[in-house]
Amino acid sequence: MARTAIPGRLGWQLARLVGKHTETPRAVSLRLESEDWPGHLPGQHVDVRLTAEDGYQAQRSYSIASAPAAGSLDLTVEEISDGEVSPYLTEELRSGERLELRGPIGGYFTWTEADGGPLLLVGGGSGVAPLMSMLRYRTAIDSDVPTTLLYSSRSWDEIIYREELDRLSAGPALRVIHTLTRSHPDDWDGYTRRIDATMLEDAAGEPEPGRLAYVCGPTQLVENVANNLVRLGYPTGRVKTERFGPTGAGG
Amino acid sequence: MAGNFISRGFRGRRREDPTVAGRVPPGQYLTPDFPVLSAGPTPRTPLAQWDFTVRGAVQPSRRWTWDEFRALPSETVTVDIHCVTKWSKLDTVWEGVAIDTLLDGVETDGAYVTAFCDGGYTTNLPLADLRGGKAWVAFAYGGAPLAPEHGGPARLLVPHLYFWKSAKWVRGIEITPRDRPGFWESLGYHDYGDPWREQRYQGD
Repeated sequence: MARTAIPGRLGWQLARLVGKHTETPRAVSLRLESEDWPGHLPGQHVDVRLTAEDGYQAQRSYSIASAPAAGSLDLTVEEISDGEVSPYLTEELRSGERLELRGPIGGYFTWTEADGGPLLLVGGGSGVAPLMSMLRYRTAIDSDVPTTLLYSSRSWDEIIYREELDRLSAGPALRVIHTLTRSHPDDWDGYTRRIDATMLEDAAGEPEPGRLAYVCGPTQLVENVANNLVRLGYPTGRVKTERFGPTGAGG
Repeated sequence: MAGNFISRGFRGRRREDPTVAGRVPPGQYLTPDFPVLSAGPTPRTPLAQWDFTVRGAVQPSRRWTWDEFRALPSETVTVDIHCVTKWSKLDTVWEGVAIDTLLDGVETDGAYVTAFCDGGYTTNLPLADLRGGKAWVAFAYGGAPLAPEHGGPARLLVPHLYFWKSAKWVRGIEITPRDRPGFWESLGYHDYGDPWREQRYQGD
């Protein structure tokens, strides 16, 4: 399954798109298969490289959303309207076609059962993708590490993995808390504001030794959440962060 | 292996502006923003408790308080920066103290440096890459004090290497006889990190 260290040379490999799943109006998950894919640690990402006919190349990083598996991985891509790479992945690339990738990359923003818990996962927008890999892995290994996901989306329609999260949270010791920051259904009785200290206190619960937090989303969310978790008593070394999402000319 | 692969239907954004041609390393794209990347919470050390130390294989070791550090001669530099996560930003303006200034009169047999930081981050560089007007300890960006999320009060600035080498919240450098991998260098990232040779990960 997952390797603990990146092997000597992280070469490019060709992966085949075998399925595309529309998650939200702006986010699509791609299922890729490659015989050379070694598996990953939940939380890691890949580099994707596209090459035009004249040799021009563009690269971007995408988090892996699936549980670790040799030979296969899912990426969740948020389309950036004037982006260079994401519209190609979400719209142009067809099932059966291939793309170049290399990975897995990143050995810090990762969680496996040996890292312990309780686990607090805080995500904003498509920053939920690496956290979803952790949740899917946790389910796949029947882990009972107490886990809370606090997930900020702009609206009900923009909650990525919504139905799967509902199903997973019916399982043991997993709580999923949503907040909808721009609009919400009339009968919504959850949070309707950006993640703040009160919300984090609710999500974090009682201080317990071993607790561990992973925060992934836009810069402002990550800054704010990480600072508040330190104020709530999380040791700084137990708050792992990853900034995620578009930059002006990015995607 | 996958050397001649073409992505059907991919055109890409052209490098339309000839004035920036040759300034964007392979695999990078330009951004007008200044994305923030760090592995944990932003440390906040009061300036009264801040110091900068040069230690290790040096005679003598040195230490500056914040006021002493800010009294050193500083330089304003305009440089291009390149992050391993693929963004590059041109013509960024920094003010800082040259490492040459901090190492003036320091004698050492060590050829490597570990930069150490608040929050426990470290990164390693050859000493030669910090000397000769190539590196600074920067305390201002765009004419304003360096914001905490960008590494303030002070960060290393080594623009000719990928930007993870420009350690945020830097508190000193340790000169060592041997190369010792730092934080990201222990987690699969390249030991040296030259963006023009696309040295992102081990083995590149």
